[in-house]
Amino acid sequence: MKRGFDRMDTEGPEIEGLERIDNDIWQIPTGYKPGMRVPGRIYLSDKLFTNLEKEAVDQVANVATLPGIQKFSMAMPDAHVGYGFPIGGVAAFDAEEGVISPGGVGFDINCGVRLIRSNLEKSDVDGKVNDLLDSLFKAVPSGVGSKSRIRASESELEAIFTNGSRWAVEQGYGVEADLTHCEGEGCIEGGDPAQVSAKARKRGRPQLGTLGSGNHFLELQYVDEIYDPVAAEAFNLKQGQLTFMVHCGSRGAGHQVCTDHLRHLTRAVQKYKIDLPDKQLACAPAQSEEAQAYFGAMASAANYAWTNRQIIMHHCREVFEQQMKMDSDELGLDLVYDVAHNVAKLEEHNVNGGKKQVYVHRKGATRAFPAGHPDVPQAYRDVGQPVLIPGSMGTPSYVLCGKQAAMDVSFGSACHGAGRVMSRSGAKRTFRGEQIQKDLSGQGISVKAAHPSVIAEEAPGVYKSSSEVVDVVHRLGIAGKVAKLMPLGVVKG
Amino acid sequence: MKKYEYIEHTADARFKAFGKTAEEAFANAAQAMFNVMIDTSGINPQITEYIELQAPDLENLLVDWLSELLYLFEVNMVVFSSFEVFAIEKEGDEYLLSAKAEGEPLDLKKHIFDTEVKAVTYNDLGVQITSQGVTVRITVDT
Repeated sequence: MKRGFDRMDTEGPEIEGLERIDNDIWQIPTGYKPGMRVPGRIYLSDKLFTNLEKEAVDQVANVATLPGIQKFSMAMPDAHVGYGFPIGGVAAFDAEEGVISPGGVGFDINCGVRLIRSNLEKSDVDGKVNDLLDSLFKAVPSGVGSKSRIRASESELEAIFTNGSRWAVEQGYGVEADLTHCEGEGCIEGGDPAQVSAKARKRGRPQLGTLGSGNHFLELQYVDEIYDPVAAEAFNLKQGQLTFMVHCGSRGAGHQVCTDHLRHLTRAVQKYKIDLPDKQLACAPAQSEEAQAYFGAMASAANYAWTNRQIIMHHCREVFEQQMKMDSDELGLDLVYDVAHNVAKLEEHNVNGGKKQVYVHRKGATRAFPAGHPDVPQAYRDVGQPVLIPGSMGTPSYVLCGKQAAMDVSFGSACHGAGRVMSRSGAKRTFRGEQIQKDLSGQGISVKAAHPSVIAEEAPGVYKSSSEVVDVVHRLGIAGKVAKLMPLGVVKG
Repeated sequence: MKKYEYIEHTADARFKAFGKTAEEAFANAAQAMFNVMIDTSGINPQITEYIELQAPDLENLLVDWLSELLYLFEVNMVVFSSFEVFAIEKEGDEYLLSAKAEGEPLDLKKHIFDTEVKAVTYNDLGVQITSQGVTVRITVDT
């Protein structure tokens, strides 16, 4: 490792070839691995560098070998080893000459986060947090094998795959303003239900409005600190205010879409003679029949995920109305924003001085468009798109706003969370669920989980510090810190 | 002979499964995958699913086999604990698999789930055949 940059000696892994080119920027030169078409870039602080895994660096380099990749293969500060792309991976591919790869999106298509504000203050729920959690737990089925009360018909599924959140709002699960305060208004255009298999439909039909398991959660929070009063005002957030966060994705439907199309694309790779360092990076030329079939199915699953989060939010609003004995106007549970963090999108970006259509793949990365961008909701156009960064269980979450540098250094992308540092099995060896629950309770944070082992697997100690991750993005000017949210109670899948 | 072993992975679960034959290694891989989710030793097999698949190579066949089991687990709500792969044969350009999986109906009062396996990846995938036997290597998304 070359340490050309003048700064204190950094503790961390010895990774031959990795170069530090600026305070928070590490470069993987094209010579790192045969076939790299562009360099790799990983955005990390000294502290986060100490947790960097060599396999994650290799995965960034693998992505750099894919045809049509633009500028850099990137990883955000929450980067860790995944499969195909690393988690935290971002890459843009020329819409004509490049490829589309399910390995750059992952199985949980449009896993994402939504943040809901309120007219309540933290003190309004004193002594009520456990009751609220119990009711939320009942209203939103969670964990393995959980089934929804809703059974979507075949024609309803088609409408969901095509229109996303709009379908839910038309059915009475929410209001029009929910759509205007959501990434892409809760829909990716080009959803093609014909590309969604019977198996994916069968999995999707009984799961609308369910949370799933693993790192998915519902969280009751409060605004602990405001960093940017102007942006906070635009987002309608203020100190001490109660907020609510939903983290989940497209459930079995999305997993099956990815499985089905990876299967097809592993065969297409031979047809198009694409050399892959990792089979999980299976891909096809962006305009090929195979790639467009995947894109149509992926958009459908993404639209299912937005519908899912919309329905979950609706059921949570009902719980608040019942538990707080207040109506929706009094509660003011308005959607601040909803971001996808596992998705591929066709976007226009400046590349080498010219505008270009690219497929931006974000796998464990969030879109972060700056002020003035036409895809930022009108209400936030002057400050930038809200970027929602959930913390791990018991640690702060952050609201940021997209900044101009994101367009220059990361194709309009920021980090998506804290990023794991310990395996699930390691976590279960190290932590006991009951102890974690007790410790968190001592800090005033209640946790309710479908499966107790999830509490150990998701213990705060298995993640990097969300604060450290967010600070890197802030320093690089990708997204600016707006507010810090502290948890009061969590429902885990 | 050891049936399978787990390998440390930050976000997901990775394991190797062994067998004297590909059939045995594939069956043991299925066992390893379900044991990521739940202790299968307490399951009393009552339901049998028969599975037939084809793929262009053994690696794809392995992913298809495990993916099919996850699909059946989720839609039929059956927790599988016992697997028998009858045959893996090459016919023309394709490999064919026939197998059965046995398990019991999902019962959330009885079945205590550990980590849910969401999907089977192609990452670091391998089917290694030597004179000693067959080793497969799999990473699943959890």
